[in-house]
Amino acid sequence: MGNKEVMIVVNYTENAFSLDELCEACQISPNFIGDLIEYEIICPEGETPEEWVFDMIQLQRVKTVLRLQHDLEVNLAGAAVVLDLMDELERLRAKAELLERYILK
Amino acid sequence: MQYKDYYAILGVERKASQDDIKHAYRRLARKYHPDVSKEKNAEEQFKNVQEAYEVLKDAEKRAAYDQLGNQWKAGQEFRPPPDWQHGRTRSYSSDQADFAESDLGGFSDFFTHLFNRAGSSREGFQGFKQRGSDQRAKIQISLEEAFHGATKTFQMQMPEIDASGQMHATLRTIKVTIPAGVTQGQQLRLTGQGGAGIGGPAGDLYLEIDIQAHPRFSLQNKDIFMTLPITPWESALGAQIKVPTLGGAIELKVSPGSHAGQKLRLKGRGMPSKPISGDQYVILQIETPPAHSEEQRKFYENMAHVMPFNPRKDWMI
Repeated sequence: MGNKEVMIVVNYTENAFSLDELCEACQISPNFIGDLIEYEIICPEGETPEEWVFDMIQLQRVKTVLRLQHDLEVNLAGAAVVLDLMDELERLRAKAELLERYILK
Repeated sequence: MQYKDYYAILGVERKASQDDIKHAYRRLARKYHPDVSKEKNAEEQFKNVQEAYEVLKDAEKRAAYDQLGNQWKAGQEFRPPPDWQHGRTRSYSSDQADFAESDLGGFSDFFTHLFNRAGSSREGFQGFKQRGSDQRAKIQISLEEAFHGATKTFQMQMPEIDASGQMHATLRTIKVTIPAGVTQGQQLRLTGQGGAGIGGPAGDLYLEIDIQAHPRFSLQNKDIFMTLPITPWESALGAQIKVPTLGGAIELKVSPGSHAGQKLRLKGRGMPSKPISGDQYVILQIETPPAHSEEQRKFYENMAHVMPFNPRKDWMI
């Protein structure tokens, strides 16, 4: 068992990913990204595939879709719905926490 | 390492059919999947379920696992039999499909010792390259640290394959700079800090930010909320009150005639963000001083007399 001290400085300019970088990070094909865009699961900036720019939130959405597909056999249409529900759930949880703290105590 | 009872984990009998096993997996995956589960320890439970299914769904792996016998109990100290050969002599082509699927980083010692097929002999074979697996970790920070940014050091167990092809866990210490204005649940991608690749690049480490609850402030997205207790005379007559914010205390002007539950907005005093920072909302809470002495009781009775006020006048009871 070894101990390695690693100094990492997170580079925040890297909140912009090209199509290639996104495919590499998620280990998927450009075709799959095309499908995700078709289902409006992600929406890059830019007109053409060469110009597309994705951000971290979109990368997370792609990874979530991969997990849903692999672990729960969800198809893309279903994944789109699940992601919307997850966003709404998160919004409501935050709101509920606020209300619970100040009104229901 | 500890023995894992995969049948018990899936809640099936040892003689369960492949169909039974598939149904059991589906039910448990739905229950414990971290993206949608409300259960405590969902992530750990799900890993166990996934590992159990990985073994039992595959006829060969299941047979090999069954060979260990049914006398073992979950958690018991375990050593693989000395002649354990499974996975070490299988042909390469069938290995590749399985290997690509399994996330070596997620499986227990028990699994990797029994079913690990990695070996340095694979590296040179037809230039086989496997990118390392991505890892996920969660880090807790305070609200102040999220606001100002912070440098945090943490440790992670990383799965690595040494020169002889054996899988083991290495403890890695990582120091990361967390930027100011980071939000709840935000993920920071640390490239190349995931599991080591085999002849290929290392995977990435995704660090999820978890902001601890604060005794005074509540965070909703980029906005900060807090309650401000004030007296009846401050509410009726107005006041200048010193109010804390994450960036330091400021003077807040409470207008005369303010009422309970009123939300006062302090623009730009929430979490720093581009293009616009969040706001801080101060919710007024009027606290009524209790009447202890006779003089105080008379004061209140006089108050009712001087300012007849019925907050229930619209009620028709």
